[in-house]
Parts: sequence; C-alpha cells; structure tokens
Amino acid sequence: MEIIETHNIVKQFDNHRALSKVNIKVDEGSIFGLLGPNGAGKTTLIRIINQITAPDEGEVFLFGEKLKPEHIKNIGYLPEERGLYKKMKVGEQAMYFAQLKGMSKTDAKTKLKTWFQKFDILSWWDKKVEELSKGMQQKVQFIITVVHEPKLLIFDEPFSGFDPINTDILKNEILTLKEKGASVIFSTHNMASVEEICDNIALINKSKKILDGKVSDIKNEYKSSIFEIVFKGNFNKFDASLTADYEILENIKKNRTSVLKVKLLNQLKPNDLLKRMVEFGEIVSFNELIPSMHDIFIKAVNENN
Amino acid sequence: MNNISLILKREYFTRVKKKSFIIMTIIGPVLMAALFIAPVWLAMADNDEVKTVTVYDNTGKYAPAFRDTETLKFVFTQEKDVAKRKEEFSNSGNDALLTILDTLSNNFVLYSEKAPDFSLKEQISSNLEKYLEEENYKKLGIDKARLDSAKVTVNIETKTLTAEGEKISSAELGIAVGYIAAFIIYMFIFMYGVQVMRGVIEEKVNRVIEILISSVKPFQLMAGKIIGIALVALTQFILWAVLTGIIVGFVYLTFGSQMIPQGQDIGQIQNMSSQQIHDLVGNGQFSDIILGVLNFDWISMFAVFLIFFAGGYLLYASLFAAIGAAVDNETDNQQFMLPITIPLILAIVAAQGIIKNPDGALAFWFSVIPFTSPIIMPLRVALGRYEIWELLLSVGLLFLTFLATVWLAGKIYKVGILMYGKKVSYKELWKWLKYK
Repeated sequence: MEIIETHNIVKQFDNHRALSKVNIKVDEGSIFGLLGPNGAGKTTLIRIINQITAPDEGEVFLFGEKLKPEHIKNIGYLPEERGLYKKMKVGEQAMYFAQLKGMSKTDAKTKLKTWFQKFDILSWWDKKVEELSKGMQQKVQFIITVVHEPKLLIFDEPFSGFDPINTDILKNEILTLKEKGASVIFSTHNMASVEEICDNIALINKSKKILDGKVSDIKNEYKSSIFEIVFKGNFNKFDASLTADYEILENIKKNRTSVLKVKLLNQLKPNDLLKRMVEFGEIVSFNELIPSMHDIFIKAVNENN
Repeated sequence: MNNISLILKREYFTRVKKKSFIIMTIIGPVLMAALFIAPVWLAMADNDEVKTVTVYDNTGKYAPAFRDTETLKFVFTQEKDVAKRKEEFSNSGNDALLTILDTLSNNFVLYSEKAPDFSLKEQISSNLEKYLEEENYKKLGIDKARLDSAKVTVNIETKTLTAEGEKISSAELGIAVGYIAAFIIYMFIFMYGVQVMRGVIEEKVNRVIEILISSVKPFQLMAGKIIGIALVALTQFILWAVLTGIIVGFVYLTFGSQMIPQGQDIGQIQNMSSQQIHDLVGNGQFSDIILGVLNFDWISMFAVFLIFFAGGYLLYASLFAAIGAAVDNETDNQQFMLPITIPLILAIVAAQGIIKNPDGALAFWFSVIPFTSPIIMPLRVALGRYEIWELLLSVGLLFLTFLATVWLAGKIYKVGILMYGKKVSYKELWKWLKYK
C-alpha cells in the first residue's frame, strides 16, 4: 500500500515552473529517494506534501486520504534549511516543537529524554542552543523530527554537516525507524547513501519526473553490458580475433596482465566473450559492471537535458 | 488554536524573562516617578539651605531691600576697592557678592565663584523690584493699599453640559490625559511593532522557520507572535503604571503630607461633594483641578484607550510582521519601514495642533483614518471634543482595516518567510498576494 501518492502536481512561480505533472508513490514501510539536481523542484514537492505551500493543480493523498491539515501530525520533516532558536535552551526548545506536533507535555518529556539518552546528549538539556556545535544542533534537530513517531518521515539532505561517525549513527537510526514501520522520503545528492538505504527512487529534473522505480530495477535497466575482466595472456591476438560485436573501452596493461573493459553489442552473451578469451590466456576475474546511482543520475539528467 | 497558544506562550515568556525587559520595567517607573517627584523634592531641598550674600551698596540707598529671610542672609561690606572687595568675598566663603554702583536699575552685578545660582538671582531681583516699585509709588504719590484693592484676578471655571447636568471639567487635565494617552499608544506601537518585525526576521535568519511551518500554519505563527508580544506590551504597561503609582504614592505620603490639606486623606476627598471640596480648598484653580480629576470620565477614557491601543497595535504589528517576512535582515527594511512610520509620526506631530483645534478638519480626518486614528481619537476623547458617530466610525474603520492588513500581511508573510537571498520590491510583494 502507498503511504503517499501525488497526482499530477503542478506548481508555478511567476515565470518559473517548479513542478509539472509530477506523480510519485511511496510504499508503506519503504525508503524513497527523491533525487534531482539543484533547483529541480524537490524542495517544492516536499513543501507541498508538508502543506507549507499548496499546489496549483493536482492532489496529494496520505494513507489514501486527500491531504488535510490534521495530517501534519503524521509527518516528521527535517528541512535542508534548518535552525533553532539560539537563545533558547535545548530541552525547552525540543519540548516546544514536540508540543507543536500535538504531543502532551508529559509524553513529550519522557520520549525526548529517551532520545537524548540514546544519542548521549542528555547533559545538553539545559544548555543554550548557541553553545552547541553545528553537528550537535543537527542531532537535536533529528530528534525533534522523529520524536512524535510520525508515520511518514521526510529528510532533506539529512547528512549535511555530519561527520562520518555521526552519519553512520543517523543512517542506522533511519533504518531502525523503517524497521519499526515508518516510511521515509529521503532527498539527497549523496548517491552512495541512496544505494545503501533507498528501496525506490524518483528522479526529478527541470520540474519533471524523468525516472522512477526500484533501485535494483533501475540499475538493471541502466546496465550497458560492460564487463571488467582481468586477463593474463596474449592481448594482441585476442584483440585481433574480435568482431565488430565487441568494443574494448579500456585496456590497462601491467606486465602480462591486462585489465579490460569490454562492451558487448548486438545481444551477445557474456559466455560468448568468455569462450573467445579462454583461447588466448587465463581469466583471473570476470565481472559485469553495474552502473552506480551516481552514473545513472548523471546519464539520466544529461539525456533529459 | 492550541498551536497559537503554544506559540503565544513561547513569545511571551522568552521576552518577559529577558534581562532587557526586566531592566526596562524597573527603570521606566523610576524615571517617570522622578518626573513627578523631582520638582517637589528640589523645592524642598532648596528650602533647607541658607545662603549668604555679601552686598556692596555704593549708593547706600538699598539697605531696606535686603531683609534676612529663613534661607537668605545678607552681609554688607564697605570696601571700595574692587580687587580687595573681591578678595574679601572669596575669603568669606559666602555664596554670592552683589554690587550696586549707582541708582540706575541696570547697575546690579551678582558675582559668584560657582555657576550663577538661578533661584538666588530671582530672589534678589524680586526683592529689589519690590523695593524700587514701592519707592516709585511713594514718589508718584500712589497709595499702595488702594492700588492693591483695585487689583483683580479672573478665574474662569470650565464646565461641561452633560445629560446629568453641568460638571466642572478641567481643560488642562483633558490635554494632559489625551496627550499622555496618545504618546503611550504611539510609543508602544513603535516599540513593540519593531519587536514583532525583529522576531520574524530572527526566525528567518535562524532558519528555524522551516521547522516551524512544517508543524503550524504560517498564519497561526504570525497571530501567535503578534498576540504574544501584545501581551508583553500590556504587561509592561501595567507594571509601569502600577510601579509608578506605588513609587509616587509612597514618596508623597512619606515626604509630602503638606501637599494635601491637613487632616484629610485622599479617600475622604473623593467621597465629598463638589461643594464640600470648594469649601475645603477654597474657590481657586486648585479646587477646579481636583474637581476636574474627580469628574473626568476615567472609565470611558480607559475603554477608548484600550480599544485604540489594541486596534492600532494589531494593525501596525501585522504590517511590521509582513516587513519582517519580506526582508532578509534588518538593514534591508528601510524602503518598507518608511511608509509605515510616516503616518505614525505625522499623527504625533499633528496631535499638538489638534489640541488647539479639536473640532477642525485636521482633527476629524486624523481621527477617522485608521493609520492615525489610534493616536488622535483617544486624544479627542480625552479633550471631550468629539461626536459619538465619529468615535463609532473611527472604531469601525480601524477594525475593518485591521482585518484587511492582517489578511494582507498573512499572505505576504506566508510567501516571504520562505524566500531567501532576494531583494524584494513592491512589485514582488504584489505578486505574492496572488500566490496560493
């Protein structure tokens, strides 16, 4: 079942179209990556889901219901542009935001204390925000986003400003939240993290969705039949024997060992390549090159442009 | 609704707990009380000190003009040499040296080592004037007693005709109350309107705004902020009024018992009829002022003050909130601040003219136009120079305009708080109004 679904969302600013007919579906209990270059319209879409702005056309459904103001309490949003009141105390501030999300005072306090303990920051409760480093503030903000246990979590660039250790802590927390049943929309430019944690993605470019689906499916789709082979033997003879169905993209020679990248054309199978190669030498390794999300991102966006 | 109250509480308590608020709240009444007390205190302090003046009278005619009083003593010197006389004066430690070289009335010089003492100069010159006048009367053959009996003081009583009959009212009191009310409204709109703007800018600069508006509607945020700060203003106002009252009351009761007629306290005076007060304090201006204070319609005045205070504040605060949302930092706000501050300043400047002519066209328009009415209408009410329909029109227009500006500001606020790094023009603001 989809936790959130958008139908033909259109948003126009002045002389700039932010979103044109965007449809996305986020499965319940999954992590959904919302990708796209800067200015593609991701933040606008997220703001529409958060009911910060309204779309000009189209509809958003949460749990199959048309989006309404009460739904805000079911969403936890960590915006990219984030900050806290500098002069306010950490605990007081966390309490304020938790209560704005509809939590009772006592409930907010116990849950916040648990989270603070988990992140080992309970000692900051009575400190002013301005005394905290940026990374520390990010932790507090993460807690504020998740403390009311929303069904849908939206993270816009959650890892920016975190060191690798804290990035890992955060990543694990997001995965734990998913296990507990939360659905996550995850907007980022960090493609490595997309591969690690996203189940599905949608790629938005210039206000349009240009690609979506399961990460594994997309990767398969973008496979281009390129194989990386480490080969010991007579490269020149092998090379001479090849027909136009093979294209050698790269050849790095070290002594008698060659590292090759070969592209198969005209629906040739890897076995055809293997058969040919064994005649000329020994195969040390043979791998299909699966494109990274990074490559797919760049390829898809460039094709679209 | 629950969200608005949460926001309101945060806005209120963070401000009330601030050091600057506490300091202002204490210093304000002290300064105001000082304003009331200082003249009395100074007069009393003056009385204790005895001053001695050395007099050198070359003509020998003026001795009768210098009679010692409780606070002023005169010592005469015969030293003719100027330098020696001055030296003698320096050594004597007296407060001043008066030299009279001949009989012409402009030949008096008062020397002192410190800066010249104004009240001393006044006292001496009045002594001399009196003396010289009397000499003149004698010379001209005028009988002083007859002259005095011919003198007249006219004291006009001001009364207002009301449904309940005529009432003694004090025009001076109306002016004072009206001007103070107008000025307080002006000051609070400015002080706290700017606080609203700062608060909005702070949230924008801190980037806390994105987190906030994913939980609450921008309009709730704006409303909570404006009302929260209004309560801060009201708290400060009440604290100022109460503390000033306490300080002034305490000082007067402790040191100034002679201010009030012997054997009567204020409570008793209030319970007396006009006639009794007349009998008590005599038929002078003082009694008229007391009667004016007692007859003044404080309750209506206070109600009108509160209505226009609230209306004016809400009107301007919503505009200030819109400005805060439209700009990125406080230095960018000049172009938007100007059109808002001009009507306010114009109103407080016009107030002085309107006091002199409270029924004129200027007074009418300024008390009806909603951008100036919060300052001018209470002033006219205090002066007692208004028609009921004017008051109703003024309140009605203020209310409608307030709704319009809140709606307008809400629209600008909603778009503006999410806009960064853009210098906003009026054209831009106009476009924002059309966004969904």
